[in-house]
Amino acid sequence: MSVHVSKPHDAGPLHVQGTARYVDDIPTPANALHLAFGISTIARGKITSIELDAVRASEGVIAVLTAEDLPHDNDVSPSAHDEPLLAKGAVHYLGQPIFLVIATSHLAARQAARRCELTYAEETPLLSIDDALAADSRFEDGPRIYSKGDAETALEAAEHRLKNTLEIGGQEHFYLEGHAALAIPQEGGDMIVHASSQHPTEIQHKVAEALGRPMNAVRVEVRRMGGGFGGKESQGNALCVACAVAAQMTGRPCKMRYDRDDDMIITGKRHEFRITYDVGFDADGRISGLIFDQFARCGWAQDLSLPVADRAMLHADNAYNLTDVRITSHRLKTNTQSNTAFRGFGGPQGMVGIERVMDEIAHALGKDPLEVRQANFYAPASAAKKDTTPYGMEVTDFILHPMIDRLVETSDYHARRKRALAWNDRNPVLKRGIALTPVKFGISFTLTHLNQAGALVHVYQDGSIHLNHGGTEMGQGLFTKVAQVAAHAFGVPLEAVKITATDTGKVPNTSATAASSGSDLNGMAVKAACDEIKGRISEFLAGQYQTNPARVRFEDGQVFVAGDVMPFSKAVDLAYTHRVSLSATGFYATPQISWDRIRGQGRPFFYFAYGAAVTEVVIDTLTGENRILRADILHDCGKSLNPDLDIGQIEGGYVQGAGWLTMEELVWNDKGALMTHAPSTYKIPCASDAPEVFNVALWDGENASETIYRSKAVGEPPLMLGISAWLALSDAVASCGDAYPDLDAPATPERIAMACARLRADV
Amino acid sequence: MITFLLNGETVEAEVEATDTLLDFLRETKSLTGTKEGCNEGDCGACSVIVTGEDGVARAMNSCILFMPQVAGRAVRTVEGVSGPKGQLHPVQATMIEHHGSQCGFCTPGFITTMAAAHKNGKRDHKDQLAGNLCRCTGYAPILRAAEAAAEQPVPEWMEEGVVRQPAAQPQNDTPYAMPRSSDELAAWCADHPGGTLIGGATDVGLWVNKDFRDLGAVAFVNRCEDMIGVEIGDDSVRIGAATSVTDVLEAMRDLHPSFAEMLRRYGSVQVRNAATIGGNIANGSPIGDSPPALIALGAVLHLRKGDARRDLPLEEFFIDYGKQDRAPGEFVEAVSFPRQPDRLKCYKLSKRFDQDISAVCGCFNIIETDGVVTEARIAFGGMAGIPKRAAHVEKALIGKPWVEEVIEAALPAFAKDFTPLSDMRASADYRLMGSQNLLRRYYVEDLGVAADVLEVRP
Repeated sequence: MSVHVSKPHDAGPLHVQGTARYVDDIPTPANALHLAFGISTIARGKITSIELDAVRASEGVIAVLTAEDLPHDNDVSPSAHDEPLLAKGAVHYLGQPIFLVIATSHLAARQAARRCELTYAEETPLLSIDDALAADSRFEDGPRIYSKGDAETALEAAEHRLKNTLEIGGQEHFYLEGHAALAIPQEGGDMIVHASSQHPTEIQHKVAEALGRPMNAVRVEVRRMGGGFGGKESQGNALCVACAVAAQMTGRPCKMRYDRDDDMIITGKRHEFRITYDVGFDADGRISGLIFDQFARCGWAQDLSLPVADRAMLHADNAYNLTDVRITSHRLKTNTQSNTAFRGFGGPQGMVGIERVMDEIAHALGKDPLEVRQANFYAPASAAKKDTTPYGMEVTDFILHPMIDRLVETSDYHARRKRALAWNDRNPVLKRGIALTPVKFGISFTLTHLNQAGALVHVYQDGSIHLNHGGTEMGQGLFTKVAQVAAHAFGVPLEAVKITATDTGKVPNTSATAASSGSDLNGMAVKAACDEIKGRISEFLAGQYQTNPARVRFEDGQVFVAGDVMPFSKAVDLAYTHRVSLSATGFYATPQISWDRIRGQGRPFFYFAYGAAVTEVVIDTLTGENRILRADILHDCGKSLNPDLDIGQIEGGYVQGAGWLTMEELVWNDKGALMTHAPSTYKIPCASDAPEVFNVALWDGENASETIYRSKAVGEPPLMLGISAWLALSDAVASCGDAYPDLDAPATPERIAMACARLRADV
Repeated sequence: MITFLLNGETVEAEVEATDTLLDFLRETKSLTGTKEGCNEGDCGACSVIVTGEDGVARAMNSCILFMPQVAGRAVRTVEGVSGPKGQLHPVQATMIEHHGSQCGFCTPGFITTMAAAHKNGKRDHKDQLAGNLCRCTGYAPILRAAEAAAEQPVPEWMEEGVVRQPAAQPQNDTPYAMPRSSDELAAWCADHPGGTLIGGATDVGLWVNKDFRDLGAVAFVNRCEDMIGVEIGDDSVRIGAATSVTDVLEAMRDLHPSFAEMLRRYGSVQVRNAATIGGNIANGSPIGDSPPALIALGAVLHLRKGDARRDLPLEEFFIDYGKQDRAPGEFVEAVSFPRQPDRLKCYKLSKRFDQDISAVCGCFNIIETDGVVTEARIAFGGMAGIPKRAAHVEKALIGKPWVEEVIEAALPAFAKDFTPLSDMRASADYRLMGSQNLLRRYYVEDLGVAADVLEVRP
């Protein structure tokens, strides 16, 4: 049995010895060249002159390219063809690439890029959500609206009603490996690109366009990324295209990697949101009507902002049955980095909105927020009558009722909440807070056609298995899980299976490894390929032994047929010598889904993944300093393919989510310059920020939908468990007075201290 | 030419003053296990183990470690943490077993930092690893791995051999100097009045890596033996300018534990191992963390120019933003402060507890005798263009009873002492309110009220 068991990450031994290879570690030929972008120093305006003489004269510089020098398509957008590789006349954000330096070393290229004198006719940049609203600067013609029932009428009839606004900051991915690419020119003008990318096929597509060649002239290889988190779904296009173009022009291998500051200044981040809400509810806290307005700061180019904003709308309900609801989404265009995919893809922002509503309703009614949440839950999976989401999808697999009951018990939630309140009465300066929040996250790409995957499996004469699939490894353990699927299918030990770099020459037309879909899609495609080969071997052996192919079994490294048993390698060798094909492709397309994103109706998701977390914090009400004391998590991975790897995703996701909503703060100045552009100023959680007590358990269940061995996707959902940390901080602040803490995100020490002061002044 | 041990083998290299060890490892030696994550010493992906003449293994960030700094030392990278026959070090084995790596990019840096801590018998894993960022795991499995390896013996291959001393001192006309004493440094400074002194390069490394600044003539002070160490006398404590922050932290544990606790949060293990107290003072940063504490302790700065030495109160060294009372050719030789009963509390406000630059660093040293404040030395970082005393606040307290009303009445004086700025770390309002609330905290803590979130257990 190779699935439903914990196996270590397949590259673990390489990681710990420093022998796992990332793009910048690939040995490059001695004549390789290195690239760097020269970037805009203003947020908006027309370029009036580019003085490049000093750049060209800089030591080690081979060539300098501007938009005019590009041979073919000057575009690296993943969506709307609105993102030139190099700015053409106008600049749209501070940090936009304007020219490309090709030099003999990374350092020489970086140094030369600073030597350009640029002059501009500056225009007033639109930096904030307010700026964009005032100028009606947006993507799409107007806001998108999804609605169900009649929110206005419900609000007017409501027993209680409240309105408020919440600001939610963005988030830098801070993958530890910055963006990197290496292009090696081939005979006949073909190109091989080594990328640190979640989306090799898109790299192939954009590079082909830029070179003026068909996609078959470009092969993209991705062995692994040093972290992705969505930040390498589209943002690597620029580096790969730049390297390929420079390699084509010079005939030499070209490599580019962003220095950390450049990476943070140039690339997009999680979308910053403002959410306003107008909610009506009864004395139990049950919501009768709700209007959300979501304002997303998308940045200068469309990138993936439309599906991100869609997913925020699709998670505005989270776990709650909203009968009369309207969600309006504004996708605002600003002169800032083009915000992009980030773990959760808009879902987290939508979920923060509704969890904040639950919290504020509970505060208004003087109730435990958990009671209000439970009062609003969707009907359980066991109920005869199913509830429907605001977008018309029936929720048939809702398991949060029993999950919450279990978590309340294992975390001792009620007693600890009481103890925290008593502790707060005794402590004038320090206050504790506790919060339990649930997660219901929809699994599938909302762009339905992306829900497909391919695989290529070879069985060699000696019984060793080699496979490729369309997914990319960024640390999540996808290769390990997929290898487990193949080992399980053939009944061989995991060690018999090797997965090599994701390669557009092996598996074509792949979707990005995104939307938590990696093992769902690729696991199924690999299983299909394995089943195909198994079927051929079975049929052959059944013929030899005069039996039914269905009675040939592959188990424990053996093949059982008609009372005989032979090692897998022997069966394979026999099949080979009898001219049976031992190589197959596999393909999978997620069934049952369909989605109309304009009407906001359909079944965008194959299923939902669930989870819940209880976080307890302590704050210093004088300074806002705070600690996460304890986190208890119960998460649903269906019937987990690899429990330990899934727990790793949950622990990591929680801390990343808590970091987003607490200490990670992006700050731009009034010129549009990102001031937090390095780890010295942008603080992600470090070792001491992990909860002192950190209990993570998997819900013992299986996916009601037919997924790979009934497992569930786990990449994104746990990030939203971090919402409980933010609301625990809010709960702690609430001990300072009677008013609602009204804590924006991230809840930095400053915001917490100011909120405490405000509540105390109110009393 | 410098000589050092690299994973046990002697290496001789011709280097420039500001060649970084990271580039040497990756580009010259093709040892690509050591990673560049930020190129500014803030993520730890480039961590290596540097063992000095004293035989102590220290984790350091190789991206901001200049090659001359490792001359005569033993450097061990992730490749050398594994045994010569490919045996796994205990921390490598437990990291695999506990799923301590996901994307793996930060892992080599964790391994080297963990191996150094393991060799030194350290069990305070969160402190030891605060300088290594991981974006995947949430740290839980890494901390479990560190603990699981703690009891296992240090592999014999982790012992470093004796490093052959560099053959000859570079002459004064070479691009950099490595003086061995205060006298040699004084002579070099006299010859190079506009030269740059490098202590640990934890700040200068950024000038080079990020700003491409030309440093001109350079001297490394980390071999000036008579400028290294903390002398605790009967009347005063003298700290040599080239003493590492790690060593200052150890010396302060008993004398002034709150200062030590603040230094525990100064940078990371890697940064503290390289950074010097003299560098932290001399570069004049308004947000360096040691000056406010030292000013509150009544520190005196010892400056030297040629054979001439002069002393001045530390607060007078800082004249204005970017301007210090230091003549060309003059350098910081030491800092000292009087022995005194410990009334010092150091508070550091930042977005993250560990390895963050202070938004506000407030240090209070208030003596109360029979219920009356008799002395008050209060100094702040992050509140002005320089580390600065809160003279008006001190005045509002001295001679007054040590009671809440006096504290409250003193709070408006902060606005007379400071007009802080808003920046990416904090707003002016928070800085002002925070500094006032730190005085409140000092007072209530004196009464025994719990006010430190770090002391609260789940």
